[in-house]
Amino acid sequence: MKFGIMVSEGPYTHQAADTAYQFAKSAIDKGHEVMRIFFYHDGVNNGTRLTTPPQDDRHIVNRWSELAEKHNVDLVICVAAAQRRGIADADEAKRNGKDADNIAPGFRISGLGQLIEAGIQCDRLVTFGD
Amino acid sequence: MADEMMEEGGVIKKMMYVNRTAPYGTVYALEALEVVLIGAAFEQDVCMVFIDDGVYQLKKDQDTDGIGMKNFSKTYRALEMYDVEKLYVDKQSLEERGLTEDDLLVDVEIKTTDELTALMEEQEVVMSF
Repeated sequence: MKFGIMVSEGPYTHQAADTAYQFAKSAIDKGHEVMRIFFYHDGVNNGTRLTTPPQDDRHIVNRWSELAEKHNVDLVICVAAAQRRGIADADEAKRNGKDADNIAPGFRISGLGQLIEAGIQCDRLVTFGD
Repeated sequence: MADEMMEEGGVIKKMMYVNRTAPYGTVYALEALEVVLIGAAFEQDVCMVFIDDGVYQLKKDQDTDGIGMKNFSKTYRALEMYDVEKLYVDKQSLEERGLTEDDLLVDVEIKTTDELTALMEEQEVVMSF
């Protein structure tokens, strides 16, 4: 089955990011396809490489980056939600006159159309959040 | 956007946006509306449902002056121009909050929870905010 996933809560505050990751990983391990993971609302905070959790805690952001690298999963951060919350790639930083970017490897910033497209193209769109 | 639509190969899915939160206090209502407006370009068979505190999103005469937030309630009136015409409101949620259809700023269909459940069953994509 082809899955699309939406993560709508931030990491560490809410379990959504953890459950979404476990779901995505299990689906892939079982031979399903995860076409895209779309990060919306505070979920965009899953994609900042400045995240530095204590060493004995899971590293949610690195975990996503590894998933993208290993399994070619498309990790998309909503641009409008990202701008509000200070998540930027090099292009976005430049466009908005910022002195730095902070996007983590394996993530890309794009529009809400990517979420709708995932809904249309996937067999299931699964939301993780409240 | 035209290219993007063609890429979907003419697939039209039944999509429901479920709005459960008050318009202010959290960002969910505003960002849900952004999804609906962008989604309109994909010309899918969409409907919006307002349940629980989500019914407050459609309340007439919203005044946000005192809380420093942008009043975006007028956007719901523009939905018709985006061909988002099926707006359903949960009867029980409305009644529990002492509201009637006259308190709402757009034309809606009032549905019972059972009717909404049946409608939700028919959907291929449900996005909940």
